[in-house]
Amino acid sequence: MSANLTPYVEARQTKGVWLASRFAILRRASQLFFLALFLTGPLLGVWIAKGTIASSMTLGVLPLTDPFVMLQVLATRHWPEMLSLVGAVIVLVTYLLAGGRSYCAWVCPLNPVADFAAFLRRRFNITQSAKLRPEFRNWIAAAALIVSAITGVVVWELVNPITALHRALVFGLWFGLVPALAVFVFDLFVARHGWCGHLCPVGACYGTIGKVGVLKVSAAARSRCDDCMDCFAVCPEPHVIAPALRGERTGASPVILNADCTLCGACIDVCPEKVFRFTHRFDHGLEDTVPVGMSPQAPATTAAKAA
Amino acid sequence: MSTAPDKPANPQRRKALQDMARFGGGAAACGVMLAAFAEQSRARPADALRPPGALPEAEFLSACIRCGLCVRDCPYDTLKLADWSDGPALGTPYFHARTVPCEMCDDIPCVKACPTGALDHSLVEINKAKMGVAVITSRETCLNLQGLRCDVCYRVCPVIDKAITLERTHNTRTTKHAIFEPLVHPEHCTGCGKCEKSCVLSEAAIKVLPVEIALVKQDAHYRRGWVEKDKAGGALVDAPVKLEIRRPELPKLPGAPQ
Repeated sequence: MSANLTPYVEARQTKGVWLASRFAILRRASQLFFLALFLTGPLLGVWIAKGTIASSMTLGVLPLTDPFVMLQVLATRHWPEMLSLVGAVIVLVTYLLAGGRSYCAWVCPLNPVADFAAFLRRRFNITQSAKLRPEFRNWIAAAALIVSAITGVVVWELVNPITALHRALVFGLWFGLVPALAVFVFDLFVARHGWCGHLCPVGACYGTIGKVGVLKVSAAARSRCDDCMDCFAVCPEPHVIAPALRGERTGASPVILNADCTLCGACIDVCPEKVFRFTHRFDHGLEDTVPVGMSPQAPATTAAKAA
Repeated sequence: MSTAPDKPANPQRRKALQDMARFGGGAAACGVMLAAFAEQSRARPADALRPPGALPEAEFLSACIRCGLCVRDCPYDTLKLADWSDGPALGTPYFHARTVPCEMCDDIPCVKACPTGALDHSLVEINKAKMGVAVITSRETCLNLQGLRCDVCYRVCPVIDKAITLERTHNTRTTKHAIFEPLVHPEHCTGCGKCEKSCVLSEAAIKVLPVEIALVKQDAHYRRGWVEKDKAGGALVDAPVKLEIRRPELPKLPGAPQ
């Protein structure tokens, strides 16, 4: 499994550094961009987005509210002002188009922390991992909503490492770094992609939206796959790949329809054979088997969609 | 479908039930911890005041999503978001009157910014706000109550002569001076905290306390005659009851006059 320790090496050799890392770079740029919207105000006095990632107001006209936060409020049976409801609907519609868990890979401030832990795992060959199942996050989400309903407190926001980290960075509430640090240690030593991949109820909520999300990754050129396993090594949700990539025998669609996919594009970056591409959920088309370098590469214009 | 009794009739169903027990157990454990956090989050320190228009604390915790929009729109940096070490529920807005009191903006920007209505949008007149109630917590150190003339809490009150009045009483120590006692009228006090902020003592003798602490409801079972009389529009009994005088007959003493 030496290939899994250095998954990007072959891709860099065959495709060049840019094509082997463009979505990683674009994702970091996107994450920084969304954070910067909130930081220009407190740092430079230029207010673009006020509030935090739980609920915000951009340029005084665009309200945005996290759907899972909104669900908790509704669970407490408080009927909120229209402002937050409109904000939640805007976010909901956006992610119906942009694919649900793309939030996790392109916007969430906790993602670089989890990615860094995953990187260190690969770098230092830390392979032991507690067995958790991705569905568990749905149960945690349900527990958070039920406890919100019983106690009447918006309860996940007392522990949510995403909003705590965002408040730490945007409002200087430095204790908010503690849950993020806990996630880092958990992901590094306890379970591979433990938090984002198995426990986070916010991701579960966006994943549910993603079940009908439009933006998807397709293993369109799966006939070129040479089973190097690099994509499985870098994918934060490796179980989503096989049905599409290995679907040739069963005649399954090459589109990765599993809503656990975060649309991070790591598989596209890492694949030396250019098997994967961004597309929409109705594009079941396959690319012909043509040696790499001669294939008519579809321009990945939909790819850089961040939010 | 009937099968041999030692084999599961439906392996898939058994697996599903086992999964449900596992996940359900894990989620229940997680839920219990969350519930403990929720209960703990209700413990708000008495010096942490909520922004104007804040719903009663229990409802506030149902509605506030800890976004910080009220804090951003507060022009005087009065409002802060609670960090873990601060006391109020994590991420919720509060202020310490002694640090920066509420300046009671006419347009109440913090309430307008609140996306969920945790700060009640029906509050449009800042004088109707109820962030807390001022209480003279230290009668022993208050300068006015010692017969001196400080009056600062009275002078700075934005609702002067309604929320705080000066009540003149006799100074029994000197016997020839007056005491001007600052008296808070809770029905007019907004809890802005300017009095607490301005108290000249190194530790304020007047403090704003949350409504739940400072405003106590009258027990319903006490019937106050004068109130009942007003309600009835007259005396509740027709006339004073004539009571018979009952006392034991005096023993007849020998030799007493008839």
